[in-house]
Amino acid sequence: MPEGAPVKTLTRAWTTADPLVSVSDLKVWFPVSSGILQRTIAHVHAVDGVDLEIKTGETVGLVGESGCGKSTLGRAVIRLLEPTGGKILFKGDDITHLRGERLRALRRDMAMIFQDPYASLDPRQTVGDIVGEPIDIHHLAKGKERQDRIREMLRVVGLNPRFVDRYPHEFSGGQRQRVGIARALAVEPSFIICDEPISALDVSIQAQIINLLERLQSKFNLTYLFIAHDLSVVKHISNRIAVMYLGKIMEVAGGTQLYKRPRHPYTGSLLSAIPIPDPVVEMRRERLILQGDVASPVNPPSGCRFRTRCPRAREHCAEEVPPLEEYGDEHKAACFYPLD
Amino acid sequence: MTQALLEVQDLHTVFATREGKVKAVDGVSFELNPGETLGIVGESGCGKSVTALSIMRLQRPGKIVGGKVTFKGQDLTKVTESEMRDIRGREMAMIFQDPMTSLNPVFRTGWQVAEPLRLHHGWDSKKALASAVQMLGRVGIPSAAERARDYPHQFSGGMRQRVMIAMGLTTTPAVLIADEPTTALDVTIQAQILDLLRHVNREFGTATILITHNLGVVAGMCKRVIVMYAGRVVEAGPTTDVFANPKHPYTWSLLRSIPRLDAERHEPLKPIEGLPPSLVDLPTGCAFHPRCAFKVERCSRDVPALQPVGDTQLSACWVTQAGAELKGA
Repeated sequence: MPEGAPVKTLTRAWTTADPLVSVSDLKVWFPVSSGILQRTIAHVHAVDGVDLEIKTGETVGLVGESGCGKSTLGRAVIRLLEPTGGKILFKGDDITHLRGERLRALRRDMAMIFQDPYASLDPRQTVGDIVGEPIDIHHLAKGKERQDRIREMLRVVGLNPRFVDRYPHEFSGGQRQRVGIARALAVEPSFIICDEPISALDVSIQAQIINLLERLQSKFNLTYLFIAHDLSVVKHISNRIAVMYLGKIMEVAGGTQLYKRPRHPYTGSLLSAIPIPDPVVEMRRERLILQGDVASPVNPPSGCRFRTRCPRAREHCAEEVPPLEEYGDEHKAACFYPLD
Repeated sequence: MTQALLEVQDLHTVFATREGKVKAVDGVSFELNPGETLGIVGESGCGKSVTALSIMRLQRPGKIVGGKVTFKGQDLTKVTESEMRDIRGREMAMIFQDPMTSLNPVFRTGWQVAEPLRLHHGWDSKKALASAVQMLGRVGIPSAAERARDYPHQFSGGMRQRVMIAMGLTTTPAVLIADEPTTALDVTIQAQILDLLRHVNREFGTATILITHNLGVVAGMCKRVIVMYAGRVVEAGPTTDVFANPKHPYTWSLLRSIPRLDAERHEPLKPIEGLPPSLVDLPTGCAFHPRCAFKVERCSRDVPALQPVGDTQLSACWVTQAGAELKGA
């Protein structure tokens, strides 16, 4: 799909064979204001022209370094943020500028799991209240039925249903994350955004949560957008991976394909920077160490945004924005001088 | 055997809390050889940071209640505070996870980097600053002379960590303790800092203790590794041997629970069930036994000591000390 092309709105009814989510040329800009009058003097181009499709039942991993816009993209896709431009289709419907009751209805079908299980749960609510709140908001169940549903959700995420009257501080980080997952599942969504769901957890607990998310996905036929900075985890859980840099998608491919044959130089250096827990492999690895830091999203570099750190950059890279091009087998990369 | 540069023997550090006494470091022993990079791995609360802080005598409010830290013939647990301050300034340096909170926001960076030279070597400001600028350049800060006039907030996270490393290196210490130096950084910046630490180790011959929870970082950086759990060392040995053939069930399970970037097929991860124990209320016997897949009856009764298992490794496990292999589905 060429950049900026409008997403085709379906003329027939949406089926599960169609993409669950289609994002085209999505932009989310934040104003930067200054002075006594707080006039807008510039914009942070957090997400700046993103095209992405997510199929029903798949997990798309979204990786990138802090500030690349991956969380902003996630939040805009489920309309926690108002897009500045572009279009988002969910189950064939244009949800880009939904408001009011229709937006609220949409929220039943989407949920989010947050990074910090300490900050995302209200310390004054019991676990039962936390999981029950979305059920109440969407009038899904009342009385005993509601209680049963809360207990069922806790059981599904591996918590003892007797915990309903406990408070978040009585739980460990891993258990709190399970509470967060139970809350997300309470509305029976089809699409869940997992925003760094395991990065705040201890190493020995991370695998428990990853396995839980995988089990829930097959049990409830969920579609995930899995946002994380840890490529090893993302590769493990995702069918496809999108690599973001300064508000743009640089490369999209299946996990193994991306690891074995990255096309974008940024993906190449990102992969090479991930340590592998094997001293023999580490000894033999070639290290591509990127120079410098990520440029500012307020005033991103012209042309390709990665060119300021790219070892392969030439003059042309500053003049034109490279489009996402096909490399076969659902592999796309945005680079004029790709790796072989 | 070469003479160890730093030797930690049966170190005990405790904290008094409302719930009772916490044995954060509970009988830790290891040695650091000249010029080597030693990894200490473990999860939060395992005592790896408190071990490092105790070596530097920065463990307060904790108290060192037993053991010895021998450095150049001196027991660091016994020296006076002013002697210790001098050792910290000249011979041992420490860098921390969060470089923003370790730098003073109101002083220019160059001034702070030069501080150890002024305080501990008695250099005048001008000479110290010139040396600091040179060191900033050597740790990879571009236009070091100009950047030395900037304040810490004007640097990015990776650059701030470089400043910390420069500050630690100005007095060319014999020992550098790096406590999770890359945990707050992005992976491409992590790679830069790890590369810098390798370079520092080669160029200055600084012996480094690298504390991390990241097994990949240890694999790429350290010749030897010690693994900590609940305040104790549970396994130690050459990194290649420990990773290829772990002799403690905790190490064994931890390695199987993490996804690897180079995995060929998708296989479900094998998590360690349960939670790390609370240090206020440790299980009896081996602290890992409630989560251990290999436990025998004795494990819940007696605490295993760290003993040689195999040719190169040490393990604190009754099962492997009795000669059993760690295998499993």
